[in-house]
Amino acid sequence: MPILEVNNIETYYGGIQALKGISVYVNKGEIVTLIGSNGAGKSTTLKSISGLAKVKTGSILFKGKETMNKPVHETCLLGMAHVPEGRKIFSTLTVKENLLMGAFSVNNKQLIEERMEIVFGHFPILKKRLEQKGGTMSGGEQQMLAIGRALMMEPELLMLDEPSMGLAPIIVEQIFDIIKKLNQNGITILLVEQNAYQALNIAHRGYVIRNGEIVLSGKGSELIENIEIRDAYLA
Amino acid sequence: MLLEMLQSLPQVLIDGLALGAVYAVVALGYTMVYGILQLINFAHGEIFMTGAFIGTTFFILLMGMGWVSSVPQIFVLILVLIVTACLTGLLGMGIERVAYRPLRNAPRLIPLITAIGISFILQDVIRFIAELSSGNYIVTGPSLFTDQMTISFSSLSSIFNDASFKTSFLIVLVTAFILMISLDYFINRTKWGTAMRAVALDRETASLMSINVNKTISITFFIGSALGGATGVLFAVQYGTIDPFIGFILGMKAFIAAVLGGIGNIRGAMLGGILLGLLEMFASANLTLLTGGIFGAEYKDVFAFSILILVLIFKPEGLLGKPTAEKV
Repeated sequence: MPILEVNNIETYYGGIQALKGISVYVNKGEIVTLIGSNGAGKSTTLKSISGLAKVKTGSILFKGKETMNKPVHETCLLGMAHVPEGRKIFSTLTVKENLLMGAFSVNNKQLIEERMEIVFGHFPILKKRLEQKGGTMSGGEQQMLAIGRALMMEPELLMLDEPSMGLAPIIVEQIFDIIKKLNQNGITILLVEQNAYQALNIAHRGYVIRNGEIVLSGKGSELIENIEIRDAYLA
Repeated sequence: MLLEMLQSLPQVLIDGLALGAVYAVVALGYTMVYGILQLINFAHGEIFMTGAFIGTTFFILLMGMGWVSSVPQIFVLILVLIVTACLTGLLGMGIERVAYRPLRNAPRLIPLITAIGISFILQDVIRFIAELSSGNYIVTGPSLFTDQMTISFSSLSSIFNDASFKTSFLIVLVTAFILMISLDYFINRTKWGTAMRAVALDRETASLMSINVNKTISITFFIGSALGGATGVLFAVQYGTIDPFIGFILGMKAFIAAVLGGIGNIRGAMLGGILLGLLEMFASANLTLLTGGIFGAEYKDVFAFSILILVLIFKPEGLLGKPTAEKV
């Protein structure tokens, strides 16, 4: 059974229809990527899933339960974490405070410590920067903090919105390696990317979105070969 | 001239500190709400005034009970402070829920105008109730902590005059500082305080951390209003007589203190309040002297505001505010 099932959702921004019936599913243990050009509706899809954007019609099942249009602070308690586009770390909070906010719903201090150690295992740099203000770090470090902060929730499904945005190629590679590793550790991943080739390279399956609709879907390796991808981009 | 100014300095410092502490605590309410909603809550001065009325009413009620007079006054004060803070805190929370939350996504000017409306409503409701119950909206509370104290600065150096004050000055000062230190601790060291800062920075992302944004905003209003109400009680203790219009000018000054320190910045509000209080008292004591009698003590506000204007010209973000530049 899929961990996440999005059925035919339609989302509007004011009068503008951003999603015109998107259906996506993610199986437990998969890396699934949503690719498409700017403004295609990738971020809106993630926002609709986490509850940041109001969905008009359709259904969203997470672990078999309807979560559509639930308050955001409730959906993320169910085991999904959403790392927003542009990292959105709390710039004047320290790295430690940022991580603690990720574990906001956890009251057990020891559990928080344990999770923090796991995060440091993935991102040793964060341990060195604990008392530094988040906003003073480099883009790559901020991305690591944003992912680390989401891991503090111990999510089953991790949704990443363009983690490679604005980063140097070498850092992008690092981030993708970490995503792969997180997946091997059992975290299901829904990855939104403009960086199509790299995303499809690590993904089990992928969807191509254009103008708020899924135009293509399939295995990662197949999609890479599919010439239509390029068409979708050029369009 | 300098000598005369030095002579009065101890008294100016003591009076200024007490007044400044009042400004500072009220300024915290403005700055907290601004920090989290970018809303200038003009009703906050009226919350302060409501606190003064609730506190005075409680004092009168309690003092009317025979047995209370045998309890040390300080315990009565603490009780009144706690009850009033809770009530005004709930009032502030209620105002947010009814008047500001429905306008959360409206253009900024709209909740601002609503806030001004709320402040008129509070003023008139309190005036109505006070007049109905006592026939007069100017209310005088029981006099408390009226013992005179003197600090002999003249024994330190013959330049200074002695400074004298009522015990209530000390009460105001100590309570205000306890409130400020506790708030600073809460904001910087506790989970909900950190959540407040997170919500102030980025509401959407905070909600992704499973932080209940509405609850956080409610807590902010509760704390800000509780502080404002408690300061109202202190004000009533200090000055004895209150009316429904004391909130306007004091609220204005506290707002200016918040801007002076850098609005949205908690420590800035404290610094700004104390600075404004000191400046005002300094002006009130020395203005006649400084201008050779052209401007009297009643121009103290002009002096204080001129300083504010100067600060804003040269450091528009306030003394402790940081210019907003963010890495994208």
